[in-house]
Amino acid sequence: MLKILKYSFYDLIRSRWSYVYFLFYLALGFVLLFLNNDVSKAVITLMNVIIILIPLIGTIFGVMYYYNSREFTELLLAQPIKRSSIFMGQYFGVAGSLTLSLVLGLGIPFLLYGLLRSDAIFDFSLLLVTGAFLTFIFVGLSFVIAISNENKIKGFGYAVLLWLFLAVVYDGLFLMSLIMFEEYPLDTFSLVATALNPIDLSRILILLKLDISALLGYTGAIFKKFFGTDLGFLISMAILLLWTILPLLGLRYKAKRKDF
Amino acid sequence: MLLLGPLVWAKTWSVCPTCEHSSIKKTIQQANAHDTLLVQKGTYREFEILVDRPLVIKGVDYPIIDGEKKGEIFRIQSDGVTLDGLFIINVGVSYTKDNAAIRVIRSKNFLIQNMVLEQLFFGIYLEKSSHGKVYHNRIIGEAVDEYNSGNGIQLWYSSDIEVRKNHVQGTRDGIYLEFSDQITITDNVSRDNLRYGLHFMFSDQDVYTHNTFENNGAGVAVMFSKFITMKNNTFRKNWGTAAYGMLLKEINDAEISGNIFEENTIGINIEGSNRIKYIDNDFKGNGWAIRVIGACYTNSFKGNNFLYNSFDISYNSKLNDNVFEGNFWSSYTGYDLDKDGIGDVPYRPVKLFSYVVNRTPETIVLLRSLFMDIIDFSERVSPVFTPDNLKDAQPLMKIRS
Repeated sequence: MLKILKYSFYDLIRSRWSYVYFLFYLALGFVLLFLNNDVSKAVITLMNVIIILIPLIGTIFGVMYYYNSREFTELLLAQPIKRSSIFMGQYFGVAGSLTLSLVLGLGIPFLLYGLLRSDAIFDFSLLLVTGAFLTFIFVGLSFVIAISNENKIKGFGYAVLLWLFLAVVYDGLFLMSLIMFEEYPLDTFSLVATALNPIDLSRILILLKLDISALLGYTGAIFKKFFGTDLGFLISMAILLLWTILPLLGLRYKAKRKDF
Repeated sequence: MLLLGPLVWAKTWSVCPTCEHSSIKKTIQQANAHDTLLVQKGTYREFEILVDRPLVIKGVDYPIIDGEKKGEIFRIQSDGVTLDGLFIINVGVSYTKDNAAIRVIRSKNFLIQNMVLEQLFFGIYLEKSSHGKVYHNRIIGEAVDEYNSGNGIQLWYSSDIEVRKNHVQGTRDGIYLEFSDQITITDNVSRDNLRYGLHFMFSDQDVYTHNTFENNGAGVAVMFSKFITMKNNTFRKNWGTAAYGMLLKEINDAEISGNIFEENTIGINIEGSNRIKYIDNDFKGNGWAIRVIGACYTNSFKGNNFLYNSFDISYNSKLNDNVFEGNFWSSYTGYDLDKDGIGDVPYRPVKLFSYVVNRTPETIVLLRSLFMDIIDFSERVSPVFTPDNLKDAQPLMKIRS
């Protein structure tokens, strides 16, 4: 598995797309800091970008890589290697290289602009950690989609739909149900519904570090009580980890049974 | 000579624990009007000290007056009394009487300055008094519960009083005014109080300027009052489920200018308040900068800076009679083609999301989500739920400095 991981990883970090992705974050980081020169404000703006863009790029990149390296995968399958290690290797290669681009691309400008001397360092690392989690989650989901669909167009379609659902539609349904059931106590429901969507969960996690004054309004108390404590933070991280593991299990399951 | 008489004959009494005059209470009874009592350093275990003639009671090196939690400490019932430089501790807590460290009753021309009050119930309580000055006192309470704590400085049916440079913390209400008119409150710091930093009830024509209100349980409440001027105050870090920088309820004809509202859950909460001018205030990093609850007419908001608030304005009705003009909004995205410093496109400060949050508070979890941004954008393009005429037609392009 490690050999395949190494191969995928080196293959990817030499590819043009990784550079484009890396340069994009680099440019974004520099431009943001150049425009307002305030590390903590830049972190807020970055949050919006990260929460939408990382899942999108993760899904598209994952699906693309899987379909592109299909022939190579088939070649590997002919060798005496465990199936799961082939796919796991590829998965970690893709997710790892994307995460590396993210961390380096954003880390370099922020370090140059004095992140270590600012008190935003914790917010920033939280941003990178959730970014990494989102990358792993969405690459995993896209691999599952790709392995389940032979048809490339269908696979791409499903992947984009999945992103659209989790990034936009889910919140819409969430909002509708909150308004429809506004007569009932909704605190627990909204907590659970938030935790079920990795994008929402990451957003709330980062938000509680930044927009606390608004969230502390009347209903904010329960969220603050949950997410604001160390326990809530650990639970959220555990849920993100669960979200990372579930697609992996799905991938293993599919990989074992698929007839190539 | 007749006019100078009292000054010439005024005597100075020296009080110290080991002297001939060891009790403040007894010395007051011996003293004549316009005498001076110099209270030397030491501890005096006395309470219910009645000052019934015009005296100057002055502490040397902060003598401690310990009430031993038995009751009220100073009670002033005479015009022209000065209290200066005493350290008063242990006021008796009572559930039936409002015991105060210093109570002034029906008196004029008093001066209370440089006092330090600690472990108190009520601090300085002015009752039906006028033309006095409360200057440079330090009131530090340890209030935990509202029912068994008192207010730092309380004015009741008083008028023409100056409250200046005081520091109040850890009491129930820092400064409390009830039925008190023509009061000037300046340069005070009121922080970490259980309920309100400053609390107005039925008090008209008052002015408060250059005060700082920080981290109070519920911020500052101004209620049922007319013609109040609030200038250059700072309201900071009033966080909580029901905390406001400032709460206005039934306030008419007031002027609120040059204040700074920073990091409060709600900057200003307005309810039933009319004809108020909000000019040149800074709203920085609040959850809600301004929250209008209802029945607020003919208010005008001009030249304010709205910087990085989660919600600039929240409104719960579709009717708008308030004017927004020439403010700076950090989330304004318009352009200025003729370069006159005023944006060419009007800014709509009420987001649909704030309307939704008003209706169903739990929806706050969707703050800053892509879905809400899309909805807000479409509402901004063609308003359906928010008042159509609620807009700033002349938003500033650059921050007002």
